[in-house]
Amino acid sequence: MRRPDPTDIAIPDFALVVLIGASGAGKSSFAARSFAPTEVISSDYARALVSDDETDQSVSNDAFDLVRAIAEKRLKHRRLAVIDATNIRAADRKGWIELARRWHALPVAIVLDPGIEACLAHNKGRENRAFGAGVVKRMTDELRRGVRGLQREGFRQVWTLGTEAGIAAAEVSRQPLWTDKRTDHGPFDIIGDIHGCAAELELLLEKLGYAVAWSQTDGERTVSVTPPPGRKAVFVGDLVDRGPASPDCVRIAMSMVEAGGAYAVQGNHERKFGRWLEGRKVTLSHGLQQTADQMEAESPAFKAQVATFLADLRSHVWLDGGRLAVAHAGLKEEMIGRGSGAVREFALYGETTGEIDEFGLPVRADWAAKYRGDTAVVYGHTPMLEAQWVNNTLCIDTGCVFGGKLTALRWPEKDLVEVPALQTWFEPMRPLGGEAARSAQADADDLLDIADVTGRRWIDTTLRGRLVIPEEKASAALEVMSRYALGPQWLAYLPPTMSPVETSTREGWLERPEEALAHYRERGVTRLVAQEKHMGSRAVIALCRDAAAARARFGGMAGEAGQIWTRTGRAFFGDAAMTEGLLARLRGAVEAAGLWEELATDWLLLDAEIMPWSAKAGALIEAQYAPVAASSVAGLNAGAQALRRAAALNPEAAALATRFEDRAARAALYGKAWAPYVWPVGGVEDLKVAPFHLLASEGRVWFDQDHLTHMAIADRLAATGDAVIAATRWRVVELGDEASCADAVAWWEALTAAGGEGMVIKPLDFVARGPKGLLQPALKVRGREYLRIIYGPEYDAPENLERLRQRGLGGKRNLALREFALGHEALLRFVAREPLRRVHECVFAVLAAESEAVDPRL
Amino acid sequence: MYLSLATTHQPATDLGFLLHKHPGRLHEMELAFGKAHLVYAEANEARCEAALILDIDPVGLVRGKGMGEGLLDQYVNDRPYAASSFLSVALNKTLRTAMNGVCTARPELAAAEIPLEAVITPLPARGGEALVRALFEPLGWAVEVEPVAGPEGEASRYVTLRLAGTARLSALLSHLYVLIPVLDDDKHYWVGDDEVDKLMARGKGWLEGHPSRDLIVRRYLIHRRGLADAALARLAPEAAEAILPGEPRQTREDQLEAPIKLNDARMLAVAVALEATGARAVADLGCGEGKLLRQLVKTRWAERLIGLDAGLRDLEWAARRLKLNEPGGPPEGRVTLLHGSLTYRDERWHGVDAAALVEVIEHLDEDRLPALAQVVFGQARPGAVVVTTPNAEYNALFPKLAAGAMRHPDHRFEWTRAQFRDWAAGIERDFGYRAVFSDIGEVHPELGAPTQMAVLTR
Repeated sequence: MRRPDPTDIAIPDFALVVLIGASGAGKSSFAARSFAPTEVISSDYARALVSDDETDQSVSNDAFDLVRAIAEKRLKHRRLAVIDATNIRAADRKGWIELARRWHALPVAIVLDPGIEACLAHNKGRENRAFGAGVVKRMTDELRRGVRGLQREGFRQVWTLGTEAGIAAAEVSRQPLWTDKRTDHGPFDIIGDIHGCAAELELLLEKLGYAVAWSQTDGERTVSVTPPPGRKAVFVGDLVDRGPASPDCVRIAMSMVEAGGAYAVQGNHERKFGRWLEGRKVTLSHGLQQTADQMEAESPAFKAQVATFLADLRSHVWLDGGRLAVAHAGLKEEMIGRGSGAVREFALYGETTGEIDEFGLPVRADWAAKYRGDTAVVYGHTPMLEAQWVNNTLCIDTGCVFGGKLTALRWPEKDLVEVPALQTWFEPMRPLGGEAARSAQADADDLLDIADVTGRRWIDTTLRGRLVIPEEKASAALEVMSRYALGPQWLAYLPPTMSPVETSTREGWLERPEEALAHYRERGVTRLVAQEKHMGSRAVIALCRDAAAARARFGGMAGEAGQIWTRTGRAFFGDAAMTEGLLARLRGAVEAAGLWEELATDWLLLDAEIMPWSAKAGALIEAQYAPVAASSVAGLNAGAQALRRAAALNPEAAALATRFEDRAARAALYGKAWAPYVWPVGGVEDLKVAPFHLLASEGRVWFDQDHLTHMAIADRLAATGDAVIAATRWRVVELGDEASCADAVAWWEALTAAGGEGMVIKPLDFVARGPKGLLQPALKVRGREYLRIIYGPEYDAPENLERLRQRGLGGKRNLALREFALGHEALLRFVAREPLRRVHECVFAVLAAESEAVDPRL
Repeated sequence: MYLSLATTHQPATDLGFLLHKHPGRLHEMELAFGKAHLVYAEANEARCEAALILDIDPVGLVRGKGMGEGLLDQYVNDRPYAASSFLSVALNKTLRTAMNGVCTARPELAAAEIPLEAVITPLPARGGEALVRALFEPLGWAVEVEPVAGPEGEASRYVTLRLAGTARLSALLSHLYVLIPVLDDDKHYWVGDDEVDKLMARGKGWLEGHPSRDLIVRRYLIHRRGLADAALARLAPEAAEAILPGEPRQTREDQLEAPIKLNDARMLAVAVALEATGARAVADLGCGEGKLLRQLVKTRWAERLIGLDAGLRDLEWAARRLKLNEPGGPPEGRVTLLHGSLTYRDERWHGVDAAALVEVIEHLDEDRLPALAQVVFGQARPGAVVVTTPNAEYNALFPKLAAGAMRHPDHRFEWTRAQFRDWAAGIERDFGYRAVFSDIGEVHPELGAPTQMAVLTR
């Protein structure tokens, strides 16, 4: 007797569907009717792709490689895939089962067997399908022999359509996976491992606002729990064993789940308990003895009810639009919302290395340290002292039964709610937790993954949207970052490059402040701040109140209480004593200014300039600038003298002599250009540090404050009287006020005439936007003699200046904005205590951007 | 840059015939990188002095004309001003006939040795006054070297060179043509095979027997060994079999350690240690230009080799030296080079049986070593790891190394044997490895060997 063909083929919405049927069975038409064109991967089509002939059997191997590759990519992205091929032999199907397992998709078989006649009739109507009846018959026979074994082969669903009418009538419908509760947006209260601690569970539920009411119904002890309006509980599993009242814990969870007010996922203790209830032989270890003893007093009806409840528990639940997943022992990113034996095993036991530790317990592989998903994973299983977020995962097993506490997480609020254990109910085999001084995230952060920084990457920034970091740029940054930069835990920020002002058209000048004022005026800015540009080297300073603060915030391990680094992330000073010496002076100033208390922080990130220039650039001066000065003076003077002598013989040479004398005079200026920026440094006393931005402090990025605030803080630090801390002179420029603008220009002229490097002009707002978006956060206007160092001794000769004016600023400006947005993003993430890799990728991207080929003289 | 040529051979104005440049006129010649002016600062019967003044356009030069397009070349530099290969090119363009010793108007004068003076400034004298003298004095010149002061009055790398002597003008010009770029130790253009021919032509008659011949050849051919060997073979066929001594541009470390050929001993010891672990798949972490890989690729037991380095350029060199994806190179898939870093976990090389860290750890800051240990011993966990690093105690035996200095400027630390053992003990404790130590190189009874090695197995 044949069963009638099913009409509703209800498959999971994420599955690998394998069509099985002889040639001409109607697979392709069935697939076209039942699935989206992009879901169906046909071996005929793949044959055509590789050989232009869909019936060319000689290319079958390559065609199937292609089918498999496409199916694999779809499954990787959690998309349904349908294999449209004959799949007659078990050997043909084996690969599909393996592929489904690999990506935790349910394998579904749909068998189409309309009979030999129907197949032949169908093939007759098609070109190039002149198979003999024998071929189709052999296929059908083999198919029928294999059908009974499909479940055993590993297919989780098998649908057989045995008639043409059945095939025509069948409709495919899709069901979300059991675990997929993304449409449920909660809010949720996720409760950690209870282990029979019913009293603590009740206390916790009450604290969370649930009302627990016990009663007796038909001689059975029953409970009803009323959640706060709209909220649902989620149990991470391990309700039972070890503790004093496992049956009551099950009662509470069971009644809440049945009432629709809770989800429960299976814990490893539930699985074993369930097996014990089914009467299977299990060892009564790890606290199951207690549960077994407590169950003795319970009625057979209760036991049966519990057995059913346990059997229906899910491996995990995926909630709130995909933002949250709860599993007992955690879940890897590629397992969330999927189903396979491996998913269930992982969810129950986590990942182990196979090794056993000194307490006889399995050594756990640290999957959370490698977790990179956007879905938050909340889990239990491993008792911890404190629940701590690590890479968007949270273990909320805080060892209540071992005398710790019972913890719940409110979602989406992310608040932790805790109840201490009433007593130690069970002695732990291994002491709870370890050192608590560093955060769990800091421990996980010790290791960054190469995949977090290399390859083509993109970063979503608050200021400038999605920024792409091309692979070759990231590659160029790797060596600098890994060999020369400070440890990544320190590098929370790198400063952006700064664009020069538009090129001046005034005779004899390359840069003038007028253009900077015009730049911002044209973009709708009304107030600017003009700051003296110190001629030193840019430095970012992480200043901590003490080593403990540094360790807690930056994870520094060598007892440092701060760091100072350059634009490219290198340690500013070669020796730690100099670094700490300068930090100590700054610390004193921050202390004296009362900033620790005022800003409620025990660390600061400062943007500063450290002088003299020669402290960092001494080698550059010696190897590059000084030789230019020496050689240009010597060469041009010798030439000028010879020409002057020649002019005495031949007046025609006079013009040339004059030109060389002019060149020699400019060369002489070159050697004097950097004198104001160079002095010997024997110790901290000889340094000057001028902070000009407060980048971040505890819980806060200061980009939302205008430069008046930043300069006020800088002024206060300088005013503490430490000679090492230099003030930065500055003034506000009102663009609507001609006198104010003229005053700024005059000030610039005076500063640069006195040997100053120049001026930095910024919109008053730290982050300023114009009609066309983000504005340059700052423009530099460099003095004439400073530019000589950069552009060469003779840059301001008229014929040279004319050519140098043809400089393009677009690339530099685009770079400055990108780096500004990336640096800001790094700080936002750092302050929000996001995982280090999330901060590091931004900082790395700034460095990668710096590998762009931009004229270094800009 | 400035060069003057003078004679007191009478009538001195005949210098105009020799130079093919009339003393009564200004001469201006266009060059690819600017102009050359030749003027006479003095022209009378008793003395005649011609000045060749190069007028190089500093802005045009930076914009990539005639120079490399690299970023550093965009910065200001001394090239528009210092005597260099630019001057040699200018000599060849403007005074080639004179340099060739040809003078149709005064052939006997061109062939005659006459009193000559020359001044060159500023001349970058890499090697100092001693080298300037060593180069010119054997050629019969009276040499006067005056330092050029820097902007603060400090010494600079430049000198003003005055030569005086009696010689053919063509000899003087040839000496200058060759020796100016030799003292500068650089060339502004690509040096190819034809550079050997130029050297042969201009060095004819004086270079063969010059006591500094080898140095001149090496520097003139910008230390390209193949070219230098070819030139020396042509200059001194009898010496062709002799091996050129080590190139002066090798690293400081190599120079120090060269007498004991430490690097070869190290590679051999590491290869032997790796083989002894029974490994089939080996990763060379920090492979650099692939010296160890080239050793391993010759063995049969190493079936799969991975080289990892943070330096892209090093990896390109390694690929070239290993002949990856070239005919005659290893079969596809046997050698893989990865751009990566030892402070980032990297699953691409997980699964190897053994790994080598040859002279690598000392190139990382000490505070990054825990990350390296995690990556190598905690995450990848190969069955065996061979680590070598300098033994700082042995430094006392390097005569050229100052006390407390390190062997290489990039070394962040150099450990004593006790420090190395401490570090290895930490690896044993934290990651379950066992360390066995050995020495590489000649062992001193108290100070140990120059290189220390640990084989860590688990």
